[in-house]
Amino acid sequence: MSARLEPVIGRYAHLELGGRPHRLYFEEAGQGIPLLCLHTAGSDARQYRAVLNDPEVTRSYRVVAFDMPWHGKSSPPAGWEREDYRLDTAAYTDLVMTVARELGLARPVVMGCSIGGRIVLNLALEHARSLRALIGLQSAAYVERYYDAAWLNHAEVHGGQASGAIAYGLMSPMSPEAQRWETVWHYMQGGPGVFSGDLFFYQVDGDLRDRIGAIDTSVCPLYLLTGEYDYSASPQDTEAAAARIRGAKVTIMNGLGHFPMSENPDAFLGYLRPVLEEIRTTTN
Amino acid sequence: MIERIPELVNDDFAIVRWGRTMNESFMVEVGDTQYLLTVREGRVESVARGPFVMRPWRFAVRARREAWEKFWEKRPAPGWHDLFALLRRGDVAFEGDQRMLVAYLMYLKLLLAAPRKLAP
Repeated sequence: MSARLEPVIGRYAHLELGGRPHRLYFEEAGQGIPLLCLHTAGSDARQYRAVLNDPEVTRSYRVVAFDMPWHGKSSPPAGWEREDYRLDTAAYTDLVMTVARELGLARPVVMGCSIGGRIVLNLALEHARSLRALIGLQSAAYVERYYDAAWLNHAEVHGGQASGAIAYGLMSPMSPEAQRWETVWHYMQGGPGVFSGDLFFYQVDGDLRDRIGAIDTSVCPLYLLTGEYDYSASPQDTEAAAARIRGAKVTIMNGLGHFPMSENPDAFLGYLRPVLEEIRTTTN
Repeated sequence: MIERIPELVNDDFAIVRWGRTMNESFMVEVGDTQYLLTVREGRVESVARGPFVMRPWRFAVRARREAWEKFWEKRPAPGWHDLFALLRRGDVAFEGDQRMLVAYLMYLKLLLAAPRKLAP
C-alpha cells in the first residue's frame, strides 16, 4: 500500500438523543486530555481535520469531532420526513453533554465555532464543573439578524449554492483559496433546511446576553478566539461578550475569518497550540 | 470600475459557472450613478449607465461610492470584504426580487468583487 494514511479514525456511535435513537459519526485522533470539537451551523466535523492531524495537538490531547445529527455522515433520526429541523439551546447543550458522556470523555475541553462558540457560553453557565476548559471560536452572546435565513430553505433557491455563498463571504480574503473553497464545499453539501435550522439557535433562540455575566471562569477557564474578518461574530461581538465575563481570555486572530480551523489551518493552529498548552499545564 | 465588469467576468469560468442559468437584468448603484447589468447565461452582456426612465430590473444593489471603493480594494479591510459584510454594517441595500438575488448570491458576490483584480 502506498497511499498516505492519516492517523484520524472515523467511527459510528449509537446513542439516544432527545429520547430517540441516533447513529452518530465521529472522528478522533491522539491520546490524553479529551478535546471535543463542535462544527459550525450547516457544516460538519471535516472542518477540524487539521486539528485532528496536528501531532503537536494529538501528542497531549484525544481530539474528537462529531457530525451533529442531520449533518455530515450523521443522518437525521427515523421520522425526519415528518418534521422540520430546528436547533435550540437545550437540545444543543444536551447533545454535547450526551456525546461527551457516551464516548467516555471525562471532563473534556470543549471547543466550538460559531454556533459551537455560542453553546460553549451556555456550557460555561450550566456544566462548568464537568468540563476542564472551554474554547469559543467566533463566540458572540447574540447576533442581530441581518439577513433572512428562510431563503436558504426555499424550493426556488438552491440551498447548497446559497449556503455556500453565505459561508464564502464570512472568510478572510487572505485565507488560502483551496481551504476556503473546501470550507464552501462542506456548506454546499448540507441537507435542505439544516443550515437555516441551526441558525434558529444562532439568530433567535440562543440569546445569552443577559445570562453570561454569571459565568465563573475560576471553575472552568474560558478562551475566546475570534478571526478579525468575521462579520457574523465579529471581534467587537466577542469583546462585548468578554466584557461581561470576568476572567475570559480573548484573542483576536489576524487575517482569519469565521472558519479559522478550516479556512486557514496553519494560521489557526498558531493561535490554538499555546491555548491548549496553557490548559494542559494550568488545569487538571 | 463597473464598466469593466464584462471583461473581468466573462473570461473567468470560476465566476461564469455560478450564473449559467441566469438571464436577468439587475441594477447596481454607486452613489447616485445607476448601472443596469444584463446577464445572459452567466456572461455580462451589457452594462448601461443611467439615468434611466422606466427601465425594469429584477433586483437592485445600492451602496455609497465610498463603500464600493473600500469593497474594491485589493486587500479589503475587515467588514468591507464581502457583500454581506456591507449588509451587516448597513452599507448596502437590496431591493426587488430577493429570491433571485439569493439564488445567484455566489455569482453576484464574485461578479461584484471582480473589480478587485484591477486594484493597485
